Amino acid sequence: MELNQLTIHELHELITKREVSSTQIVQSVFKRIETVEKDIHSYVTLMKERAFAAAADADKRIREGDITPMTGIPVALKDVLCTKGIRTTCGSRILHNYIPPYDATVVEKLKAAGAVFTGKVNMDEFAMGSSTETSCFGITRNPWDLKRIPGGSSGGSAAAVAADECIASLGSDTGGSIRQPAALCGVVGMKPTYGRVSRFGLVAFASSLDQIGPFTKDVEDCAIMMNVIAGYDSRDSTSVPLDVPDYTAFLSRGIDGWTVGIPREYFIEGIDPEVMEAMKSTIAVIEGLGAKCVEISLPHTGYCLAVYYIIAPAEASSNLARYDGVKYGFRAGDGRDLLEMYKKTRSAGFGAEVKRRIMIGTYALSSGYYDAYYKKASQVRGLIKGDFEKAFTQCDVILTPTSPTPAFTIGEKMDDPLQMYLSDIFTISANLAGIPGISVPCGFTRRGLPIGAQFLAGHFEEGKLIQMASAYEKNANLEKRRPNL
Amino acid sequence: MKITRAEVEYVAHLARLEFSEDEKEKFTFQLNNILAYVDMLNQVDTTDIEPVSHAIALNNAFREDVVEDSLNPELSLANAPEARGPFFRVPKVIE
Amino acid sequence: MEYEPIIGLEVHAQLLTKSKIFCGCSTQFGVEPNSHTCPVCMGMPGVLPVLNKKVVEYTMKMALATHCRINEVCNFARKNYFYPDLPKGYQISQYASPLAEHGYVDIELNGGRKKIGITRIHMEEDAGKLLHDEHTPSSYVDMNRTGVPLIEIVSEPDMRSAEEATAYLKRLHEILVYLEICDGNMEEGSFRCDANVSIRLKGETAFGTRTELKNMNSFRNVQRALEYEIRRQEYLLASGGEVVQETKLWDDAQGATYSMRGKEEAHDYRYFPDPDLVPVVIDGRWIEEVRETLPELPLEKRERFIQEYQIPPYDAGVLTSSRVLADYFEEVAKLSGKPKAASNWIMGEILRFLNEEKRDITSCPILPQSLSELIQLIEDGTISGKMAKDIFEDMYTTGKGPQQIIEEKGLVQITDEEILKKAIEEVLAANPVQAEQYRGGKEKIFGYFVGQVMKVTRGKANPALVNDLLKKMLAGS
Repeated sequence: MELNQLTIHELHELITKREVSSTQIVQSVFKRIETVEKDIHSYVTLMKERAFAAAADADKRIREGDITPMTGIPVALKDVLCTKGIRTTCGSRILHNYIPPYDATVVEKLKAAGAVFTGKVNMDEFAMGSSTETSCFGITRNPWDLKRIPGGSSGGSAAAVAADECIASLGSDTGGSIRQPAALCGVVGMKPTYGRVSRFGLVAFASSLDQIGPFTKDVEDCAIMMNVIAGYDSRDSTSVPLDVPDYTAFLSRGIDGWTVGIPREYFIEGIDPEVMEAMKSTIAVIEGLGAKCVEISLPHTGYCLAVYYIIAPAEASSNLARYDGVKYGFRAGDGRDLLEMYKKTRSAGFGAEVKRRIMIGTYALSSGYYDAYYKKASQVRGLIKGDFEKAFTQCDVILTPTSPTPAFTIGEKMDDPLQMYLSDIFTISANLAGIPGISVPCGFTRRGLPIGAQFLAGHFEEGKLIQMASAYEKNANLEKRRPNL
Repeated sequence: MKITRAEVEYVAHLARLEFSEDEKEKFTFQLNNILAYVDMLNQVDTTDIEPVSHAIALNNAFREDVVEDSLNPELSLANAPEARGPFFRVPKVIE
Repeated sequence: MEYEPIIGLEVHAQLLTKSKIFCGCSTQFGVEPNSHTCPVCMGMPGVLPVLNKKVVEYTMKMALATHCRINEVCNFARKNYFYPDLPKGYQISQYASPLAEHGYVDIELNGGRKKIGITRIHMEEDAGKLLHDEHTPSSYVDMNRTGVPLIEIVSEPDMRSAEEATAYLKRLHEILVYLEICDGNMEEGSFRCDANVSIRLKGETAFGTRTELKNMNSFRNVQRALEYEIRRQEYLLASGGEVVQETKLWDDAQGATYSMRGKEEAHDYRYFPDPDLVPVVIDGRWIEEVRETLPELPLEKRERFIQEYQIPPYDAGVLTSSRVLADYFEEVAKLSGKPKAASNWIMGEILRFLNEEKRDITSCPILPQSLSELIQLIEDGTISGKMAKDIFEDMYTTGKGPQQIIEEKGLVQITDEEILKKAIEEVLAANPVQAEQYRGGKEKIFGYFVGQVMKVTRGKANPALVNDLLKKMLAGS
């Protein structure tokens, strides 16, 4: 085994025993990047020099006995997280040269914990997409099949972990952008409760839905990463001033006596039969652990996508108004006057999908349509939230497929926005309700593509998700596979 | 048709975007498909349902009135596509 | 045909907080362009706003002072439009639920009082400044003002003349300054006003088409612009024309309003609740806490001064025109025990001296204690009124107390009859002809003798005593 193939907790043990140094781990990761990056293209900006400097720093701390579970561990950051002095592009031409003067809160926290950043990873432009095909830096490929997409929008974060180009990574999830690529790349991905992790320094897509979360190789690593990034931040008014439990304490508790809700609305026509099969085996494993699976109903599930495709673009249309060629980023010439400069800059700076969503959002908020679209969608959002509140009185966690299909082929859905949007059909509801969700690998298709299972829990119940996912992971006896690169 | 080409042009102007004739046609078609899809929301009775704009109900998140260091002006202007002295320069505003 | 103007005002007041509304940058004026900026107020990608609590409390003060109802829950909304001085492409403001609604202020006009309704008061952020280059096709952006807290006070269309509108505006200004939540500087733009004006035939109930007036940066300009616009609309209607709904700018130099160039864009601000900010919830306890910090307001103070100090309404009006001036008066009145004398000195000498130097009472070199001593010295006859004026001037220029000046200059009034008699004898001896004339019935020249005695005593003689003694001695006793 190479060092870059290990997990955070495995490496931490070796570091603690002084058997390996952070510098060795970072070397191993960059060697891997040099080998596979040309095929996968996870990264948009490598931070090699800084990474080795940070590793040397971590090694010094380790020698001094100043060790956290993250000290010296190489982590990749989705290019939507601001990094002081390091280009942060959101995969968009309009920010292709933007260098933030500050670090996102999560970046500060990881730095303080001693993590080493390997670079910024690829994503759909402004996190709008489910396939990582809309970045101005080109596509990212799925390590399990290079003809396929890695999912999105955090495709770079998922592919980098799956291909061992980093040990863990951070992504962001507005409608499934962590969980869906985690499922499609066969890694663990968690979207925490809205407000659990500070959004300060996360470039906004849809502010009321966005949340930052980890991609890891196993559930234990997920708990370790959550321990670092979760918590109140006075710079984010929507961050929740609640104590954060030690998530690693939930790892070995088991789920005996639990009730797992199986929402009938999520097991519908259109789900890939192999995904359905994997879900059945997952249910069998869970029941074998002493949990009871019961059918539940989330009656407004059918409306989630419609609600999402009003609210997210509406917020995005406003969030993306700041990209106007005045203060930072791309500007297209001067034009005759200010108006022309605005229009040329924005039209050339944004890609088609971003413009499409700005158009939908602007329309939904415009005079005469607000009530019919934005207000209506916000009301139905209340009903969807209510469905979950009711459901969690009947069960501890809910189980669904993460994605209706395994990874699809590159270009397959690019010309049909609605088909692309349907890829998020099982993940969107958690963002609308603000609840946490985790995707864990639950098997492979016959073609060797990973499948993910999603667990959802009530607000601030990330501990339950870790408890559930950890118990499942330990007992599923999935075949240990690595992508053949 | 939910949205006309004229409305697409109006919305594009509001959003400070411009499109070629081909793009306008494509956008009108795609937006109509999406709007037709979201029309399903009209089936839901939302009488007396409060709109939800925050997933988690919080209130009164304040900061105290304390002055903190501003950014070094060089950093404020560092990313400007065009700066002149201590200012951001933009093409003349025509009102 | 007689027309009636209908006027409503929208006032924007910058709040005197130390830091901006959503970030820790200083609100101080007059610094290097773009030096009071940070990622938050520059709208850099990834930043989030956090509300300054003082802004809420200052807005609550204004709401209470104008009898508004404070909403239990209020929210921030985004007002979306593109402009280079608006770095996020939206202004954070309040829309559907402002902090306060349904208030009023009283204005006084021609001896009568009138209530002007206040529709709403809400919090918002100011925009930056755009400087236009005359020579090149360029504009320059300075973001120092971006994010300075503002309150917007929207009135009901309750005003029926330019005078009423000006009186209302002055009242708001006075209250804001009294509350010490706004410096009220109209020229620098910390107190700004837009007006909506329409006219209708007297007796009609429907409103006419209105125009919006902007760019009036003094009380005088507000009055002039409104008068001009009312006349313009009257002329239009009387000559069979129509008022067009539009925004007009006041041109001070031309003394006229003119339409903004080019076609005005239809406003479609796409307001929606700002997802980055949480609701502000204000309970009764918080309201009471803020209410307890409210100072006595100008109108109440005016009435109290008239009652308590028995001074004329005009004097009370001048003395309460600022809180510091009112405090100054009250201190002098209390220390000296002579409110009327205190009022006369302040309204006369003090304000005249300060005005000449364009200073205000906060930088007055004479302390209330000193002025009250001066008043007492006159009252007990130590100095004459005329001496007091000279002493006052010295006090003003040197900052010394009256006692010190009197001692240094040997200015104590002569009240010793023997000394005065000697002086009078001297004067009479030197002016035998005039003394004869007086005795012969030319009593008009009595003043001449008084003057001569004052001259001999270098102005220090007690004038009342001199009068008495002179009369007796001229009569030949």
